[in-house]
Amino acid sequence: MKKVIITLMGACLIGAVAITTQASPQDDLQQFRSYFKERFPEVPMDEYSNGLYAFPAAGDRRAEWEQIEEFPPYEIDISQGEQFWKANGLGSCMTHPATNYPRWDAATKQIVTAEQDINACLKKLGKEPIKDLKKGTMAHVMAHYRNQYRGQRVKLDYPFNDPDALAAYEMGKTYFWAKRGQLNFSCANCHVHSAGKFIGGNILSAALGHTTNFPVYRNKWGGLGTLHRRYGGCNKQVRAKPLKAQSAEYRALELYETYMATDLPLTAPGNRG
Amino acid sequence: MAKLTKIKTRLTGDETEVLVLVNHPMETGQRKDSKTGEKIPAHYIQKMSFALNGKVVAEANLGPAVSKNPLTAIRVKGTKTGDTIKVSWSDNQGESGAAEAAV
Amino acid sequence: MKRRTFLQGTLAGSALAVAAGAGLLTPTAVLAADWPKNAFDAKSEADAVSALFGSSSAAENSAIKVTAPIQAENGSVVPVKVDAPLDGVEGIAVMVEKNPSPLATNIDMSGGGASGYYSTRIKMGSTSKVTAYVKAGGKLHTASQTVKVTIGGCGG
Repeated sequence: MKKVIITLMGACLIGAVAITTQASPQDDLQQFRSYFKERFPEVPMDEYSNGLYAFPAAGDRRAEWEQIEEFPPYEIDISQGEQFWKANGLGSCMTHPATNYPRWDAATKQIVTAEQDINACLKKLGKEPIKDLKKGTMAHVMAHYRNQYRGQRVKLDYPFNDPDALAAYEMGKTYFWAKRGQLNFSCANCHVHSAGKFIGGNILSAALGHTTNFPVYRNKWGGLGTLHRRYGGCNKQVRAKPLKAQSAEYRALELYETYMATDLPLTAPGNRG
Repeated sequence: MAKLTKIKTRLTGDETEVLVLVNHPMETGQRKDSKTGEKIPAHYIQKMSFALNGKVVAEANLGPAVSKNPLTAIRVKGTKTGDTIKVSWSDNQGESGAAEAAV
Repeated sequence: MKRRTFLQGTLAGSALAVAAGAGLLTPTAVLAADWPKNAFDAKSEADAVSALFGSSSAAENSAIKVTAPIQAENGSVVPVKVDAPLDGVEGIAVMVEKNPSPLATNIDMSGGGASGYYSTRIKMGSTSKVTAYVKAGGKLHTASQTVKVTIGGCGG
């Protein structure tokens, strides 16, 4: 553990990406991509949608992952999600493409995720909203929904010129770069500065493309989980208090990470170790 | 409600690879429920049979060391387009499931 | 010992209950041979092989290919493929030497309708040799690969 901390702190000092709040989101995106292109010139951009498997260091694990992808367990979850979708007529109000989420709702001045719109859609149809936003039915429905857009590229129509929308984006960006928890790590420590490196037998994925493969079937969970389930898990891993799924911070973080994945293909749902 | 069983087939020459995915917990009986501290009872697929046009060509025995939501695949000989492959399974708690696919 | 009794009790109880209640276990069920309990309960690889094939004498055959990760990402899902392009393959068994019960799964294709191929996903408790036992031409052939496991898959 001590060795790991030293390595990560060292990495922070070297090649830290300069972040100023005056930079526009478009500049942020440019810088984010450039950082990874320079650091891993041999990795094609689209590969970042495959998370840790994008890295050459993942070699053997990638072969194992590809074997599982021949018939991955999430196909069961997709079927279950499809059943629920059709049985409840979600197609009537879930008309936005998955590549457009999260979106900005000007009326409520909130970042809105697909999970929230699914529940709003159910409510509109006079049905019970889904309570568990981390696993189970919501994960299945998200799997079916996002699977329909597999291969399509992330393209947010986010109104950065709206000051409230921009502020929400900035909140997400701040969250990503801020240190937290007893271990005092930020998302960036692991997923920018130490991306591609090993931590306790696992390879750290790049933050670039992070949200493209969610919801994800993790062999560790023995099941499917949503993006906010994973955010909670990551918080716990740095000994920080996890936030509730669909909290304002997680939605802002999701927006930031998804915007950073602009133009990358969706690979959802995904399978991971 | 029957556990979901999904089949995929891939015809190569006159052999068909049959891949089966079953939504099954494959509990070993050793895992403890985090809330109650009690051991979760063993619940795993034991038998799985593969039939080509109604005739059994292979029978697999699975045990608790097979992964949750198991994938099992074999290659059936002497198949042609239009043939039917049926996979049936049963577990140690008396549950069963099946799925069919056309080659 | 206790576990064996528990399993027997459960199996007898629930199987009868289901058969009586829902008629799910129909007479036309194609599952002919009994589940090889002794082989699955065996605590050593040699015992499991004997229980399954009648003898444990086997010889390595380089024609058999076992595809499994050198280092498994997670011991709870380790994909293993056995490709045995031999004549007359009757059965294939996958053994994990260091698992409490080495037999993970086996397949019987003695009818000749399936070729020497078997793909599965198994749980491994720790780094171990994974061996495929292939019965063909009246003999038992083997091929192995060691799979390193950092996070055990048996229930933590």
